Amino acid sequence: MIHSNTETVPGKEIVQFYGVVSGSTVRAKHIGRDIMASLKNIVGGELKGYTELLQEARNDALVRMTEQAESLGANAVVNVRFSTSSIAQGAAELFAYGTAVRVE
Amino acid sequence: MDSTTEALINLGLPLLLLVATYFTGSMVERRHYLSIRARELETRQLPAITFRTPPRRWEISDSGLVSGSVVISVDYFKRFLAGLRQFVGGRVKSYETILDRARREAVLRLKAEAAAAGYAAVINVRLETARMANGRSGNGIAGLEVLAYGTGIKLRHGAP
Repeated sequence: MIHSNTETVPGKEIVQFYGVVSGSTVRAKHIGRDIMASLKNIVGGELKGYTELLQEARNDALVRMTEQAESLGANAVVNVRFSTSSIAQGAAELFAYGTAVRVE
Repeated sequence: MDSTTEALINLGLPLLLLVATYFTGSMVERRHYLSIRARELETRQLPAITFRTPPRRWEISDSGLVSGSVVISVDYFKRFLAGLRQFVGGRVKSYETILDRARREAVLRLKAEAAAAGYAAVINVRLETARMANGRSGNGIAGLEVLAYGTGIKLRHGAP
């Protein structure tokens, strides 16, 4: 499965469109990480725990999107976009969407 | 006696934190900028561009999605400065550098991922910023997340 955030897969030709596919996941923060983060909030710097958490979550969203594209018979997803929204206190939704296509 | 110790704790602790985070915060920031500049020089050969289509002379053999992200926090001193700024308005310089550092770090991580995967360039780079709210109060900033993503490209002739 090829992913691309451009309208085409560079160097390849789109032969069929299957429509929008998407994947999302909602994650809550881990209490241990939260305590570490609130300490880091005093000193400043990177919140590594959160970086990892969001990366994992975003990968999950991508995997779900890919599964949907595969079930349609696509071999690539183009114009992939990401979006993040905090839907509740301490919880965030990570969303990935794109257009499933067949390329050659 | 009791009220003086109470006042000392109420006033002294924030003051101590302000002084301490003024030093730690500026040290963290200085170090971060040094490492950002060094890595930006190192990765000069791998262009990350915001064009949607690659230059026509590139002969592309392979492509794939690459991304880099970072969650960065605002220290106590910077938050205090920003709070003071709200009275007079104007540039909140302490937050500007936080955002600048986060964006450049995210792009550098995107480049590192692209280099590890063997891509020669990244096109259509997009930057997205999200604010992570504080767990308890919901209005403070726990951190700022910056995500950089784009399409990595392999070329038939090596470097672009």
